[in-house]
Amino acid sequence: MAVVETRRLTKVFKRGNVGAVVNVDLETREGEFLVLLGPSGSGKTTLLRMIAGLEDPTSGEILIGGKVVNDLSPRERRIAMVFQSYALYPHLTVFNNIVFPLKAQGVDRAQRQKQAEWAASLLGIGHLFSRKPRELSGGERQRVAVARAIVREPSVFLLDEPLSNLDAKLRASAREELEQFQKRIGTTAIYVTHDQVEAMAMGDRVVVMSQGAVRQIGTPADVYDDPADTFVATFLGSPPMNLVPLADVIVGFRPEHFLPAGVAERGGAHLSYRFQISHSEYLGAELILYGTIQGGALHQKKVISRIPSTHSAGLTDGSAHTFAVAESDVKFFDKQTEKRTAPRSLS
Amino acid sequence: MRQQRWLGPAMFIPAILYIVILVGVPFVMAFVYSVGDVKVGSEGYHFVGLHNFASVLKSPTFLLAVRNSFIFTISSQILVLIGATMLSMALQEAFPGRRFFRFLILLPWVAPVSIGSIGWKWILDSLYSVINWVLVRVHLVKQFEAPVWLGEPKLAMISVILVHTWHMLPFATVILLAGLTAIPKDIVEAAAVDGAGFFRTRFQIILPMMLPIINVAVLFGAIFTFTDMTVIYILTRGGPYDSTQVLPSLAFFTGILGSDLAEGAAISIFLVPLLVIAAWLVLRSAHRAEVT
Repeated sequence: MAVVETRRLTKVFKRGNVGAVVNVDLETREGEFLVLLGPSGSGKTTLLRMIAGLEDPTSGEILIGGKVVNDLSPRERRIAMVFQSYALYPHLTVFNNIVFPLKAQGVDRAQRQKQAEWAASLLGIGHLFSRKPRELSGGERQRVAVARAIVREPSVFLLDEPLSNLDAKLRASAREELEQFQKRIGTTAIYVTHDQVEAMAMGDRVVVMSQGAVRQIGTPADVYDDPADTFVATFLGSPPMNLVPLADVIVGFRPEHFLPAGVAERGGAHLSYRFQISHSEYLGAELILYGTIQGGALHQKKVISRIPSTHSAGLTDGSAHTFAVAESDVKFFDKQTEKRTAPRSLS
Repeated sequence: MRQQRWLGPAMFIPAILYIVILVGVPFVMAFVYSVGDVKVGSEGYHFVGLHNFASVLKSPTFLLAVRNSFIFTISSQILVLIGATMLSMALQEAFPGRRFFRFLILLPWVAPVSIGSIGWKWILDSLYSVINWVLVRVHLVKQFEAPVWLGEPKLAMISVILVHTWHMLPFATVILLAGLTAIPKDIVEAAAVDGAGFFRTRFQIILPMMLPIINVAVLFGAIFTFTDMTVIYILTRGGPYDSTQVLPSLAFFTGILGSDLAEGAAISIFLVPLLVIAAWLVLRSAHRAEVT
């Protein structure tokens, strides 16, 4: 087990171009599940590949367990990685796939057998030992890839979107399973995903990346409730945070915090607005309302409200109602830098 | 609709004519000749049964040619296999000038084999050989004891094998290069992360994954080598003392230059069963390569 640290890590693929990863400072905690979250092209996979040693950094340092590993090959870093495609060796049986890292380390046959059985029992794939990867389902392949990664008890566990090839239903259960599994073996894990639900559900901490840079690092609650800038505010949450530009500041509040006046009141100061509903989407458990605010500081601004379906009575398209948002739920962003600024009065 | 119905077959006809006239007819004629008594210039045809085959089997030259054919094919294919595997792996890596080197490697295949072989004939010449010139200059051999590459039975066989290997190498390299490119990058990277070094990655991951395509390359090469006589015809004409005589060259010398069409046909017919087996193997491994 080890801590992974990057110092001003930068990767520029083509000289003169913008870096794929720019000055990233990151430090995992012992046994932590750290999620790198960002849209495609945000540099999260490149960052992971640099930690794995599959990509050479242009500048900056990578430390594993306090030691600079920039010049070490992947095999010398004692890391394990699960690839998006799983990258199972197609010509080897499941058993031989799993023991491959052990063979490379020169572990003797009896020990190999023992460790492979241990890894397989953790993932429940012992009965698949003699199959070839092409004879496995997507979920089974993913388990074999995980088993191959943990079998030699690596110091760090890297995962590159390992659930993205599974269908939606399987993904939810695999997510839960993988998370529990990491807690049990206690190995530091760095997990790359573009799926915010995965990030929120699994991460001890989430690193939000965009255009090669880290926008915010924090617990899922931190990044969701207290976004550091407008990018984080809109990337997390579906529908995204309402951002309303005013003269010198951007006002933001989450759709689920903008509720009919009767539903919203739960103590504390509130801001009330007349909300004209233009159209709505019924999503079963909840209702998404699109409309504009009438009067006040936010006059004619388009916003979205997300309310439980149980409170939807009377909220028809074209009608206007009083909606409210708690003052503590309203965030302010600087108009120039788009970073968070101090709250101010809106009335 | 009418037009549609005729268009397909019409497109087919040139290919079918080509196969029937240039491959099918000679093939059938070879069978007919091999059981007859046809000679160049003779009139009429008498069926003689298996007489030609019996006569061929009794000939020591024929048995020598069979042996040489196998030596020639197997040795050159082993060399091609090793060389092409190494070359394809080297040429897959990114390095400055890779395109140029790929082009250079392809040259022996692109250039007509006859021109290449004539070049080699001079390189291996008994008097003007540059190889011997170099060997003498670096004092590895004495001036008048230089090897006569094409004049001594063993050296002649080695020479034709090496020149043929030189000629076949690019084709196999290109096939293997295509096979290598088809291996997902992820898998090679996974091997690196799993701790596999240079040789383990190549011998336990890349080579086994290339096996189907290697099979195709080797079998194609073997069929081509087994039926080809260009290099031998130009360099040694089967000599000295038939030491480089192979089945295709013997069939040519007997049937065309020796005017004994029937016996020449009988010699070439001996190749058929072997080639059928090889072709079947090619098709089978090509099919497998597709599946996995």
